[in-house]
Amino acid sequence: MPLAAAPDFLPALPEIALACAAMVLLLIGVLRGEGSTRLVSWLSVLVLIGILVLASRMGLDRHVAFYGMFVTDAFALFMKALVLIGSAVSIVMAMRFNEEHRIARFEFPVLVLLAATGMMVMVSANDLITLYLGLELQSLALYVVASFDRDSVRSSEAGLKYFVLGALSSGMLLYGASMIYGFAGTTSFAALATVLTGAGPASPGLIIGLVFVTVGLAFKVSAVPFHMWTPDVYEGAPTPVTAFFAVAPKMAAIALFMRFLIEPFGAMIAQWQQVIVFLSVASMVLGAVAAIAQTNIKRLMAYSSIGHIGYALIGLAAASPAGIRGVLVYMAIYLFMNVGTFAVILCMRQQGKMLEGINDLAGLSRTQPGLALALAIFMFAMAGIPPTAGFFSKLYIFLAAIDAKLNGLAIIGVVTSVVGAFYYLRIVKVMYFDEPAGAFDRPISVELKAVLVVTAIVTMFFFLLPDPVVGSAEAAAASLFAK
Amino acid sequence: MNAMTHWPLLSLVTFLPLVGVGFIMTTRGDPEIVARNARNIALSTSIIVFLLSIALWVDFDPATAAFQFVEKAHWVKIGGFEISYHMGIDGISLFFVLLSTLLTVLCVLASWQSVHVQVKEYMIAFLVLETLMVGMFCALDFIVFYVFFEGVLIPMFLIIGVWGGPRRVYAAFKFFLYTLLGSVLMLLAILAVYFQTGSTDIEVALHHAFPFALQKWLFLAFLASFAVKVPMWPVHTWLPDAHVEAPTAGSVILAGVLLKMGGYGLVRFSLPMFPLASHYFTPMMFALSAVAVIYTSLVALAQTDMKKLIAYSSVAHMGFVTMGIFAVTSEAVQGAVIQMLSHGLVSSALFLCVGVVYDRIHTRDIARYGGLVERMPAYAFVFMAFTLASVGLPGTSGFVGEFLILLGTFRVSTLECFLAATAMFLGAAYMLYLYRRVIFGTITRDDLRNILDLSPRETAVFAPLLILVLWMGIYPSSFLGPIRASVDHLVQQVGAAQAGQRASLE
Repeated sequence: MPLAAAPDFLPALPEIALACAAMVLLLIGVLRGEGSTRLVSWLSVLVLIGILVLASRMGLDRHVAFYGMFVTDAFALFMKALVLIGSAVSIVMAMRFNEEHRIARFEFPVLVLLAATGMMVMVSANDLITLYLGLELQSLALYVVASFDRDSVRSSEAGLKYFVLGALSSGMLLYGASMIYGFAGTTSFAALATVLTGAGPASPGLIIGLVFVTVGLAFKVSAVPFHMWTPDVYEGAPTPVTAFFAVAPKMAAIALFMRFLIEPFGAMIAQWQQVIVFLSVASMVLGAVAAIAQTNIKRLMAYSSIGHIGYALIGLAAASPAGIRGVLVYMAIYLFMNVGTFAVILCMRQQGKMLEGINDLAGLSRTQPGLALALAIFMFAMAGIPPTAGFFSKLYIFLAAIDAKLNGLAIIGVVTSVVGAFYYLRIVKVMYFDEPAGAFDRPISVELKAVLVVTAIVTMFFFLLPDPVVGSAEAAAASLFAK
Repeated sequence: MNAMTHWPLLSLVTFLPLVGVGFIMTTRGDPEIVARNARNIALSTSIIVFLLSIALWVDFDPATAAFQFVEKAHWVKIGGFEISYHMGIDGISLFFVLLSTLLTVLCVLASWQSVHVQVKEYMIAFLVLETLMVGMFCALDFIVFYVFFEGVLIPMFLIIGVWGGPRRVYAAFKFFLYTLLGSVLMLLAILAVYFQTGSTDIEVALHHAFPFALQKWLFLAFLASFAVKVPMWPVHTWLPDAHVEAPTAGSVILAGVLLKMGGYGLVRFSLPMFPLASHYFTPMMFALSAVAVIYTSLVALAQTDMKKLIAYSSVAHMGFVTMGIFAVTSEAVQGAVIQMLSHGLVSSALFLCVGVVYDRIHTRDIARYGGLVERMPAYAFVFMAFTLASVGLPGTSGFVGEFLILLGTFRVSTLECFLAATAMFLGAAYMLYLYRRVIFGTITRDDLRNILDLSPRETAVFAPLLILVLWMGIYPSSFLGPIRASVDHLVQQVGAAQAGQRASLE
């Protein structure tokens, strides 16, 4: 009898395997010493790819494990794939950088693996406790990674800032979770959904709890007005870490955001929709306006990511399968655009010194036409200009918004996208219209080149074959509403 | 008749320039050789594309209003939101395709010597631009249309910004952001149309009856995009800046084709899809058009920069076009299409004329010139011909378009017709005034004494334009023939919808 009651581990196999692999790699690193960084890094990439294959072999069906605390479905698989790809690419991009900056330690890939484990748990959370567990596992690893360049004041400051604000947001989230438990009597998403459906007017306590959890999650996705940490952390953290921050944790947090609001609190849409609409509008406006004055490209990317989250939240505000599909397509394309842009930023070095000023890109089209073309593609994509992938991500978002009769939100969205286009164009302008300021170091490392070529091709030629991504996003979105 | 219909002729015309781009990209080595190869490849590609597009005209069946050379293939087929690659042309779009392919050839020729930095990239930009322009005129699916329509911004932004004049950065940004703001509003309207018709297919939408209240909003959203492109007063301010700063060939494409995208959009979408809203907003459109023709003509009179003057005259001429479109009579709409084609040829030629002297003296200041007729008789003749065509002298293409527009508009509104006719007079004033200051008089400047007349290459650029302007002016039936069936069908459709509404009100 006790045996029969043992939890079904199988759906969580990828997470378990990833956690074990991280520890094994840690052991390898410890036993082989400092020289093992490259080995551990490549092994980590292999592990992440292996986990991706393993997770996709689990199938798209919905499985619940650990007494309903953990769930896998098509939605979870889609977001996990993004998380794993983002993590793997970040490790690849970091290798050369870390070596050149004498911060090549084997702990870096291991920490990324642990963070990825946390993110996967977040994506699969089906209970407030699992949610918190995954979130904290992820965050603790990220705090360390942010200050990984520990001799640099900026990096340490970034890590500390991230830690303090992150802890604050976790606290809020936990407080909200306890309120929800207090007023609903359960922490399980499934039970919450049952309790809330047809329960009449929601109790104020429950609303307060919902709002607090939403605030905590808004911190994690850096939606305005909970975005303050983003520019500083993006600027201060080592560039590959920034690249990692810009993609992987965002995926996990937005996935959690979607599942949390759609599954247990789907019945309370009237309460949370206005909050999401506000977060979305504020993020789009601030992301567009505040980025104009930036001169540091990493800071610019921070504001850009804030803006992008605003667009993704439009899809969440629509709260329909089409809206969720839009968010998923958006995040998938966002991953490629962002990784590519950061790969270019990692190429910005002169005489071994990293550059971060936008003006350092001056005349790049003459000195390194290929690199300039790639960055131009990413910038036009971020501005949402067809035929780049960025256009399609916005198309599916606005499609959902119009469908959900959120016309005002859609209009604000397109208008801010024009404002945002200004600063993306500014980068193109600096590269193509200005006189060369000085060439960057060559050659670009093979790993970086590969990342650049792949992301640029995907971003530019997404329009040729959008069906696979849109199709799996469609299936994933449907699974979130199927229950 | 359509012997070549089994060929995907439209796709060939649309995407062949990209093959040229591929070839240019592979050229390497010495910058001089790369530049020469890039020019040659671009010229031969654009000539082949132009010849192919002639085949469209030859095979075109003028008797039907239906879309011809239709191609359809699935593109995105997920979750109800299906997008198909749907291409086809009718009498309205046929000549715009030809205009685009012709002007691309002339642009490549015109830039032969005046562009000497980053020639490879320059030619790539023009060939990509050709693909996008042609694709836009052929697209029969809204998303495909939008991709081409907005994609045009990227190469044009680069052309103005990289190869433009001193204030090119300002002009490029203004051009891009102005047009983008208009187009994104249209994108939302396109999505709203999709939810009404359940399809992104343009043919479906053209025959869908939208509720009147919605029509008004959708009309305004589409107008936001097309009015900026046309450009209509008061959203025309990007145009003088963009024209002045763009390189000569960039101005040619801007005036010749990009402005036509707005007029084409109004004829293709606004009229048939929103007939009731078109009727409702006709007074507004008439008022804006009248202001455009009179106000910008007056502004043109005061210009001291040759390109700016022609840019303002473009706004005035396009004001005629919008007036003709919203008169919604068969003559006026045909006139509007002819006027757009005519303006595409004439204003392109005028910008090329400016380019000729700019290449030699490097200034566009009117006061710096004078007495060119002494040294450049051939140039003076060519400039004269196009000046008169711009004024609308009988026997030139400008006359046919303006006459048909006035004829058609007179039946709808005498006042509007009167105002427009005043502007014709003003048009003659500023064009002849320009001509007098530049060509006549005596040479006072030293650098003008040694100025050379048209080179054979420049003559080759002007010759086809001159022939076409005269052909269209003397025997317009070759052009009106294919246009007529489509326009008649359009006007009947709009008339029926408006009559239906009147009947339901009574």
